[in-house]
Amino acid sequence: MFQFVPTALQRLGHASVAAVQAIGYGGALLAESLSFAISGYRRGQPLRAHAIFEQMRQVGVDALPIVGALSFTVGLMLGIQFMAALGEFGAQSQVVMAVAKSVTREFGVLITGILVAGRSGSAFAARIGSMNVSQEIDALGVIGIDPVRYLAAPALIAMLLMMPVLTVFANALAILGAALYCSPSLDISVAAYLLQTLQQITVGDIGQGLSKSLVFAVLITIIGVGTGFGVSGGAEGVGRATTRAVVMSISAIIVADMIFSYFLNR
Amino acid sequence: MSAPPPIIEVHQLQAWYGARQVLKDIDFQVQRGEIRVIMGGSGSGKSTLLRHLIGLQRPPAGSVRVLGVDLARASVGELLGLRKKMGVSFQGGALITSMTVGDNVALPLRELTRLDENTIRIMSRLKLEVVNLGGFQDLMPAQLSGGMVKRAALARAIVMDPELLFFDEPSAGLDPVVSAELDELILKLRSALRMTIVVVTHELESALKIADTISVLDQGQILVTDSVLGVQQCADQRVQDLFHRRPRSIEMDVDAYMKRLTDERA
Repeated sequence: MFQFVPTALQRLGHASVAAVQAIGYGGALLAESLSFAISGYRRGQPLRAHAIFEQMRQVGVDALPIVGALSFTVGLMLGIQFMAALGEFGAQSQVVMAVAKSVTREFGVLITGILVAGRSGSAFAARIGSMNVSQEIDALGVIGIDPVRYLAAPALIAMLLMMPVLTVFANALAILGAALYCSPSLDISVAAYLLQTLQQITVGDIGQGLSKSLVFAVLITIIGVGTGFGVSGGAEGVGRATTRAVVMSISAIIVADMIFSYFLNR
Repeated sequence: MSAPPPIIEVHQLQAWYGARQVLKDIDFQVQRGEIRVIMGGSGSGKSTLLRHLIGLQRPPAGSVRVLGVDLARASVGELLGLRKKMGVSFQGGALITSMTVGDNVALPLRELTRLDENTIRIMSRLKLEVVNLGGFQDLMPAQLSGGMVKRAALARAIVMDPELLFFDEPSAGLDPVVSAELDELILKLRSALRMTIVVVTHELESALKIADTISVLDQGQILVTDSVLGVQQCADQRVQDLFHRRPRSIEMDVDAYMKRLTDERA
């Protein structure tokens, strides 16, 4: 009658072990990628600048249009909501402050993170996964090219460099979006709105967003690359891994964001 | 005068997939300069043996020494040094699909040597000429036929002038003419470049044509290792089955059969 209890416990146990294993694997991947970045050259496994630039273009430059467009939209949306909500208290003049803080601390980096996870996290998983399935990873290994150095480390470095850039870009466009919507109702010019924003945000606000962007960069890369390396089972496996990478990295981003917000705003 | 040490020495190697033992205490030696063919049907363990020989898997028991290096105990630097002296051509070619044929062949030179770009280009084109793919360097792997992919993979495997070459299933999936051409190419490589070559195949005809010595692998055990003539005259029933394309007689173990049918965890 209670046969399902041990089975359920067993499943829970397996899942827990798998989770701990995944975290350990991710940590090892991160440490190894960073160590190749620092001392790869001495060990005969140098990180190639052109590989990093190529990745920077793919994860960063190519993402600018979509990140810009969606940040602008989110900025507009925040402007609308804050105007309505703060208007109820007759505190419309605080909209500038509310938008500035919420965008720089939270929304700019979150939108960027989610978009980059969808674009690049999935791309890492799909690329490395399909290389894994067609024995290309094995081939790299026997040639003497460490797959972590060749595939994971350039992606990680590129993400660490480009995520903050994208975040600053997203912040700027979101605030511009809010400025365009709010300034007529506040009876000030767009330039004056932007000037007020600059006066009210602090280095800490921007820093909060930027520090999160670095954490998100690590999470997206490690989850995407790690899932790719773990692919088995042909084309279907690659598809599953890609979906998994996106869902897992977006979940990880949101949870990490919450934890960060808690500690940074106490 | 003592004989020169073998180039590959496998001692009591075991391999497992889960609870199933795929390699059972394999002892195996290859002498310098010979062409050794490892023959066996599907599931005989020959691919697993190859993965151990090229250091893609760590043995749970036993040892593998290649060019005097114990693969399980070697340091990262020793392994890298060894990998520069051996080439592997995978069954599906395992060319990097995002690179041109020329870049694929040049990859080991670019990543593991400090030669200048001109030398690298000339050396890689030279090797493409050796495998009769001169002028194909700007094509992508997807634009090549099956036989051309194998030849390109072979060019990449020999671009560092290795002492030891592994070739996995040269004739699998190719028409008889193309596979005969590949056999010729293997013989040519040995006489021109003095390589030791280990070929894994299930193609009888090709094995008889290229081999100096043949090891017959069946159900994880080496049945016989001898010259072509010696193996042909071997009295062992399973060797003869393989050579005369007779279906295996399956021995029935009633207890094991019942267990497989009824065991919940199987």
